[in-house]
Amino acid sequence: MFGMVATSVMRRTADIAQQRRWIVGGGVVVIGLLCLWFFAVQVPADVVSSYRFTGGGDPVQLPVLDLPTRLTNLALALVLVLVGAFHAARGIKNSAVLFGIGALLVLLIFLTWSIRGASLNLTGLLESTLIRSIPFLLGALSGILCERSGIINIAIEGMMLTAAFVSVIVAAFTGSLWLGLAAGIGSGALIAGVHAVFSIRFKVDQIISGTVINIFATGITNFLNLRWLTVNQDLNDSGTFTKIPIPLLSQIPVVGTILFNQIILVYVALALMFVVNFVLFQTRWGLRTRAVGEHPKAADTLGVDVFKIRYINVIIGGMLAALGGCFLTLGSVGRFDKLMTNGRGFIALAAMIFGNWNPFGAFGASLLFGFMDSLQLKLQILTSVIPSEFLLMAPYLATMVVLAGVVGRVRPPAAEGTPYEKQ
Amino acid sequence: MAEATAKSISKPVKAPAPVGAWRDILNTLTIPVLSIFTALIVSGFIIAFTAPEVLTLLPNFWEHPLDLIATMWHTVTTAYAALLQGAFGDWGAILRGVQTWVATGNETDFLRAARDPFESLVAATPYIFAGLAVAVGFKGGLFNIGGEGQLFAGAIGSAWVGINISGLPWFIHLPLALGAGLLAGAIWGGIAGFLKATRGVNEVINTIMLNYIMFLFTDFLLSERGPMRGSAGAPRTPEIYPSAYLPHLLPDPVRFHWGFFIALGAVFFIYWFLWKTTIGFEIRTVGASPTAAKYAGIAVGRIFVLTMALSGSLAGMAGANELLGLNHYMVAAFSPGYGFDAIALALLGKSNPFGVLAAALLFGTLRNGATRMQSIASVPVDIISVMQALIIAFIAAPEIVRWIYRLRAPAQKEREVFARGWGG
Repeated sequence: MFGMVATSVMRRTADIAQQRRWIVGGGVVVIGLLCLWFFAVQVPADVVSSYRFTGGGDPVQLPVLDLPTRLTNLALALVLVLVGAFHAARGIKNSAVLFGIGALLVLLIFLTWSIRGASLNLTGLLESTLIRSIPFLLGALSGILCERSGIINIAIEGMMLTAAFVSVIVAAFTGSLWLGLAAGIGSGALIAGVHAVFSIRFKVDQIISGTVINIFATGITNFLNLRWLTVNQDLNDSGTFTKIPIPLLSQIPVVGTILFNQIILVYVALALMFVVNFVLFQTRWGLRTRAVGEHPKAADTLGVDVFKIRYINVIIGGMLAALGGCFLTLGSVGRFDKLMTNGRGFIALAAMIFGNWNPFGAFGASLLFGFMDSLQLKLQILTSVIPSEFLLMAPYLATMVVLAGVVGRVRPPAAEGTPYEKQ
Repeated sequence: MAEATAKSISKPVKAPAPVGAWRDILNTLTIPVLSIFTALIVSGFIIAFTAPEVLTLLPNFWEHPLDLIATMWHTVTTAYAALLQGAFGDWGAILRGVQTWVATGNETDFLRAARDPFESLVAATPYIFAGLAVAVGFKGGLFNIGGEGQLFAGAIGSAWVGINISGLPWFIHLPLALGAGLLAGAIWGGIAGFLKATRGVNEVINTIMLNYIMFLFTDFLLSERGPMRGSAGAPRTPEIYPSAYLPHLLPDPVRFHWGFFIALGAVFFIYWFLWKTTIGFEIRTVGASPTAAKYAGIAVGRIFVLTMALSGSLAGMAGANELLGLNHYMVAAFSPGYGFDAIALALLGKSNPFGVLAAALLFGTLRNGATRMQSIASVPVDIISVMQALIIAFIAAPEIVRWIYRLRAPAQKEREVFARGWGG
């Protein structure tokens, strides 16, 4: 960076990378061996962990999967050790992949251990994982659109919170969930528009603009919540979307229950993930967006309207975050509670970084975070060993670890955060 | 502002005031003052248009337009009058209280009346610390958005010393408790500085993550099996020993305590540190241009860590101050977002310690007044957050204010960009 001799820098970087691979890979191996000892070898041979796939009332009953706890964990821990060894020897390029696989294996080992001698409805757990990951996914998609075009969006939280509030109040007032949804999304677009004008037109520092929006959203929703909703409870009852089972597909055991018997917003969110991925990487618009986020001057020289691209991406991003906010209200509880987003916008930011600014990567991260979230809710025994607060910390910690490049590097868009000045 | 910093470095500090200095000061004050004014007006409209009594009149607007306007005016003036009274107190009552005190030796009336203005200073104290924290970061070119987490860290550190160490005289216990808060904040802020220095990670994202980690850690400490849970049956710690209290200056209804003077001391210390010491000079140089600083032989990484630790320690002091001076025990929701409001303070005070002091006094007064506004005019205190957001917005985008008031733009540019992407 500061003009050192290129070759020596390269050699040093290679050495450091090699060294770090050994450390990280070794660490994973050690964790694997610890799991092997505590969660496999220490367990008596005849104990069984049972995974159920169907609830009592389901029309199709699937057999219960009885896994010998010791053998299962032995196998899983060995896989973990192998992953660590592979990373030390060859290196896994994508840090999030290594991290994700590692975390998933450890969680599975722990899950199998903690339900030894008992049973767990895996389908229910996975369904709640998916549902909890949807707001993260939508928030992360919002972040991806903004940041791929070069505008940092730390206001996802504020956009979600505002949309959650607006959607409830409009839905309750008009009696129409769809109007509530539209109003919620509209409020997100409006706030994103403000963020865009501040960042692009006034060239305000994007972190400051995002912070303003977060403080404003916190203030105005608390203010109106106290002023309107607590005195008029009817306004705080929007109702929720009902589940729409997709014909035939929803009949498939397990997969059908998880994927094809959900409210419309889940389908829309999953579809949006594919749409954003397609638009970003397969269309002219996406190419221009990425160009603007990486090198706006070059894009401008080639005739791309940098400002227009940024405005549109940020506003659509705001609508996506708002949809995530509506999901928390119209899609699940049907009411607004003070500060109900509770940091989800920042977990979405974490999922975006963790997923390396890719929609599918972000979805993977969202699922992982959602899985931890539902685990700490569903498994009392788990939280008796690890307090739930520490499980909830995982997304934030994981993001710091990934960003610090302990495992590898994530790469944000190059022009992010810098206002563009047309020459 | 980066340019402004560079200029103030090259300028001798005690230069004689040039001709037109007053006009310069007036110019620097224009935007902040107009921003505050505009934010108050906009918040007034928000208060008016969300009031139930106004909303019920809205359908009849065309028949009785004056009714609506009169009601709106009444709503806003009642609210702001309550705010002013809560903020500055009833000086007639205070004077009468003094008379009674002098005449009869009974100070109760005076204390009751004097509570309000003193409470504004009490509310300003954490703002001073937290505002300085963000300002120090800005001076060093770092955006510490993690003031809130560092504030929690500081409160936890102080609480731990206040609860677990007993039998010490106050002149040892109190400094120890304050020191623990300072240290905890410094560590929590320093982590982000360290990661920036060694791994090149932008401090913004890390301080955001550290905030949430600290919130959850606090939840854990106060949870049922948390190590710092008191026996009260609620998520809070036990009370600290009185030897760790920041002493109050006046008897009871007045909560004014020594923390305010420590905060004032911090203002002077930071001014001295940043402008009169070599390290302070290095911090400002790094803030102006890290590349230039590196070529000038400054260990930029070390300065990053130092700046973030200093910033964190100030935020930690805000938490320690609240805990040792007011609450005397820790609850999960003990800060109304001082660490985030601090960003507004630093911007309003242009990252100058004395500017931050003025801004903190203003915000403390507003927040204290708003508490009264909530109880008298039933306008929720959260309108303060809205006002603060508006103030930051107007200050960050002075074009808006200039456009509203038809002001001419200044010749030089006055903008700085803190964030340059997450990865470094």
